[in-house]
Amino acid sequence: MQINRRDFVKLTGAGLGLGLANASWSAFARATKPPIGRVVIIGGGYAGATAAKYLRLWSLGAIEVIMVEANQQFVSCPLSNLVLGGSKSINDLTFGYDALKANHGIQWVHDTVTAVDPDAKKITMLRGSLTYDRLIVAPGVDFIYDDLPQLASAEAQQQIPHAWKAGWQTVNLRKQLEAMPDGGVFVMNVPKAPYRCPPGPYERVCQVASYLKAHKPRSKIIMLDANAEIISKKGLFTKAWANLYPGIVDYRPDSAVTSVDVATKTVTTDFDKVSADVLNIIPPQRAGKIAQIANLTEKDYPWCEVNFLTYESKLVQNVHVLGDSVAAGLPKSAHMATNQAKVCANAIVQLMAGLAPDSAPVFANTCYSFVTDKSAMHVANVYRYDEAKKIMISAEGGGVSLAPSDKEGEYAASWAQNIWTDVLT
Amino acid sequence: MKKIITMMGLATLLITSVARATEVFVLSANPSHIRALAASCAACHGTFGNAVVPNGGGNGVDKAKLLAGIDKTDFLTKMLAFKSGEREATVMHRHARGLNTQEIEGLATYFSAQIPRQPSALPSQVLNKNHAN
Repeated sequence: MQINRRDFVKLTGAGLGLGLANASWSAFARATKPPIGRVVIIGGGYAGATAAKYLRLWSLGAIEVIMVEANQQFVSCPLSNLVLGGSKSINDLTFGYDALKANHGIQWVHDTVTAVDPDAKKITMLRGSLTYDRLIVAPGVDFIYDDLPQLASAEAQQQIPHAWKAGWQTVNLRKQLEAMPDGGVFVMNVPKAPYRCPPGPYERVCQVASYLKAHKPRSKIIMLDANAEIISKKGLFTKAWANLYPGIVDYRPDSAVTSVDVATKTVTTDFDKVSADVLNIIPPQRAGKIAQIANLTEKDYPWCEVNFLTYESKLVQNVHVLGDSVAAGLPKSAHMATNQAKVCANAIVQLMAGLAPDSAPVFANTCYSFVTDKSAMHVANVYRYDEAKKIMISAEGGGVSLAPSDKEGEYAASWAQNIWTDVLT
Repeated sequence: MKKIITMMGLATLLITSVARATEVFVLSANPSHIRALAASCAACHGTFGNAVVPNGGGNGVDKAKLLAGIDKTDFLTKMLAFKSGEREATVMHRHARGLNTQEIEGLATYFSAQIPRQPSALPSQVLNKNHAN
């Protein structure tokens, strides 16, 4: 079914599940008709949901925004390692989209995108199609199973979860840890960088260690890192493992996983063969599926190159890419995804109003990691557009905590509350 | 012509939006630059400087998160003290040092102009059985 603009209005009016606007927005939409442009957003994670909200806010409702998202709920990856530690439940990290839709008059299509036609400015979904003036693609990461074909099936991922997209995978890994006997071995890997959330795997070790220390103190953790060293907050994590979890963590650098035996939970690296009671394999990553479908990546490089003033793809016109799929020498973090979304929304509003986008974007990134159920530490930086290099580079003055603390744990919890409320209301 | 009409439309909206707007538009040399920078503070300080804080910001740390409607001089003084190292911080010195004085002044004007309100925390939900991951 082809939905053109007039049909879309009819469908929405009929309330066919495409998202109904609230009264205040309707009044607003009346004042702004016809819209100055339509932006279709694929993916309602941190980046996509933020872009949707700020496009509506900053255009004062003059830009029509349609979100296409396959899931009915938003589940936060930040804080999901605490589910493994046992201090949070997955239900603490799960949210609906209703407030976001209603507060800002965002039209919502619950569907999966199958094709993007940049010449016709059209996307095709399983149940229909949509045209756009500008398209935002924010699909997160996709896992690469080329070198680990044993894990490509859904059944294998049930036995050996990645738990690197929060949801049932996270719950599954927690249940496996609960079922593990005292004295058992938990084995997890770190894929070659870049991957989603640089400090995330090391925070996971802390959380699992915290659970094991309290409940199964004879157990061990083996971490197989494909990288040459801990790639984020190195000194802090090394100290946390030594001081808080002595004798539990066995860290092995330069240990890329080369194959996995699913039945026996045995992992092979170039140097080693390790058997696990609970095995957590985080596969290597690339830009999300839609980015591949829409030809937003080059053959030899799996991330999307963008113009950092607008986040428009360098390969496809009028298509913008946000979040973890972006090829940036920047951490793939939730805060970074929302920052990119705001710069992009700001630029699109300017462009659609016939104005030039901000030529010197600046934004801040703060990323917390929990080393226990209460104690956390930060890495924080300001990033500034460099005109000569045409990329975002970190400004002077950034850095990490001197040591983790309970106070920063409170800051981290507050960060989560605020970013969720900013993105989803 | 279409562009001119569009811009007139936006200009009208800037005026009509005041009653509803949660963001107060601040006129400056480069308003879109400062509003996007200010928006990056939202992860800790909330949309337009309206942080979600327990008990309305009863304790000092939480109160410091509330930026909407802050006294402009107060904001400037604190940020410049974080920047120079004169004032101790847990994390704010990282951000203050990365910003230049002009940006800090822009943020002071922006946040002092915002209307304070008290957003409540977003309620969480039970995860659906059919969620993809």
